[in-house]
Amino acid sequence: MITLTTDPIDVPAALAYLQSDQAGAIDLFLGVVRDNTQERPVDRLEYEAYDRMAITEMQKIADDAGLRWPILRYAIIHRKGTLIIGEMAVFIGVATAHRADAFDACRYIIDTIKQTVPIWKKEVFTDGEAWVNAHP
Amino acid sequence: MDLPVSVLLFGITRDLTGQSAISISLPEHAKVGDMLSQLHQQFPALAGIRSLLVAVNGEYAESDQLLNQNDEIALIPPVSGG
Repeated sequence: MITLTTDPIDVPAALAYLQSDQAGAIDLFLGVVRDNTQERPVDRLEYEAYDRMAITEMQKIADDAGLRWPILRYAIIHRKGTLIIGEMAVFIGVATAHRADAFDACRYIIDTIKQTVPIWKKEVFTDGEAWVNAHP
Repeated sequence: MDLPVSVLLFGITRDLTGQSAISISLPEHAKVGDMLSQLHQQFPALAGIRSLLVAVNGEYAESDQLLNQNDEIALIPPVSGG
């Protein structure tokens, strides 16, 4: 399951989707909005995406993970729009028979999302704003 | 004959140009690299971005890829999802 949404992430629903009788392990990564970047206070984050390509790039990552680990089910949910401190920006869930595969696949998915998926976040500070990673 | 194309802009590229899409006219048989050169001339501020990739029809494209009239072209500044 891959979702790009402006709605808050429904964690219980995503977890229920991941569960199955074959899954002995479910690993979750939850990315949450933090109140500072290198000690500079952050007020909120503004996410935007190139929707069509973000979905296909996330699908490629999920497909690739499926070739590398015996994944039973996965859920990748990414928010866009304005998020305040404490809100969940991303949910990655991987269900496998055993925990090592779930841990490894989950980490692979979030690490690769951060590298290739066309989603951008702007940090809005109390005294300015900046697109993350954009400047030399 | 010229090749009119529209380029989608996101994130810092949208802020720097003040536009979410730009229409430009390229020479026939123009490649991704030609399009980038023209945009850099038109918007020198784009040089201030750490790196700039291009997507054509929703897929990352190399600079030697040929462009066609109905391609959906997008500038991809450094991503920062998660």
